[in-house]
Amino acid sequence: MYRDFGTILFLVFMGIVLIYAPLVIQKLLAPNDPNADKLATYECGEESEGSAWVQFNIRFYVVALIFLIFDVEVVFLFPWAVVFNELGLLAFVEMGIFLLILMLGLAYVWRRSDLDWVKYNVKYGRGRYSNLYKKSQTIKGS
Amino acid sequence: MADIVFWFVAFITVFSAGMVVTSKSLLYSAYSLLFTFLGVTGLYIFLWADFLAVVQVVVYIGGILVLIIFGIMLTNKITSVNISHSSMQKGVGAVVAIGFIASLGYMAISSPWLQAANTEPAETTASIGRLLLMDYLLPFEVASLLLLGALIGATTLSRKDEDG
Amino acid sequence: MDNLSNYVLISAILFSLGLFGVITRRNGVAVLMGVELILNSANVNFLAFARFGGMNMSGHVYALFVIVLAAAEAAVALAIIINIFNNFRTINVDDVSELKQ
Repeated sequence: MYRDFGTILFLVFMGIVLIYAPLVIQKLLAPNDPNADKLATYECGEESEGSAWVQFNIRFYVVALIFLIFDVEVVFLFPWAVVFNELGLLAFVEMGIFLLILMLGLAYVWRRSDLDWVKYNVKYGRGRYSNLYKKSQTIKGS
Repeated sequence: MADIVFWFVAFITVFSAGMVVTSKSLLYSAYSLLFTFLGVTGLYIFLWADFLAVVQVVVYIGGILVLIIFGIMLTNKITSVNISHSSMQKGVGAVVAIGFIASLGYMAISSPWLQAANTEPAETTASIGRLLLMDYLLPFEVASLLLLGALIGATTLSRKDEDG
Repeated sequence: MDNLSNYVLISAILFSLGLFGVITRRNGVAVLMGVELILNSANVNFLAFARFGGMNMSGHVYALFVIVLAAAEAAVALAIIINIFNNFRTINVDDVSELKQ
């Protein structure tokens, strides 16, 4: 086992070396003559404004959260898949119950539209935004 | 060779864990936590737990750490460029931590541990699967209920008051 | 590396550092990081005793459940912390002592 993971360790070290070796080489070879324009943040030629520390949208967190829960679910699938042939129907039923319970969670977040990036069920339903609401419904339906 | 790698991994684990709890910047703490998790993964490999090592990478580094970094990004004001955090009760904490390290370390070194037969398991993943589906069936199914509860609870909590 | 006491010692140090973090940190996310360190040290102990102490594979299953618990705990804890931040504009755990606004 150590030999297999030793290969991975070697790969990790090679990754670090291959990242840092060119950086060190260019530090040694490249001429160094900085001025304010050169040190400015490159933003496709535009003048950069504001700080990069904008507060994230909370939807990133919700998506990461859903990912984490189903990530853990997948972890349980690996040992199950390895012994599936051996245990047969029993393993199938047990994992079926497990997946069904988690499927309830998936149905819940799907129904509450946590999976949609753009949420259409905000209050556009009446007044001057009513046609916007209809448009969103047709987009959702198509 | 394996001994050198072991002590290197142990050093990385302990050193970056120290960085996690002492660093001034919250983001540095989070990135040190990455190296602690990697070091613990290495320890798992030395303990012949290859499946658990991969699970550690997948769940801790790929999931929990990303979630923690999102949590940091979400809970700081736009203007606070330097995300720092102060500590308090340093004296009490240091006394408690050193006391624990001293007593537990003395216990770990001086105890005559039982050293059972050392044979590398032929198959870890299959044994874990057999135990999960036979002996530990109830905890296994309850774990899915726990995950369901966590999923529903956390999405409900973190949904902004758009529709209550 | 073929000695149980080394692993127990490392996990003791990890546990103590996690405890230190939980005691001294005031930021909720940092407290959570300390808790993760403590859970990791428990896992190292489980696997060390599984290898040396004759717990066989049961230790691996326990460690797996600990990882699952840690994932669920981190998800809910961070959701609570984000909610606290949205309500109080701070995640300093000492300032958040009111049950309602």
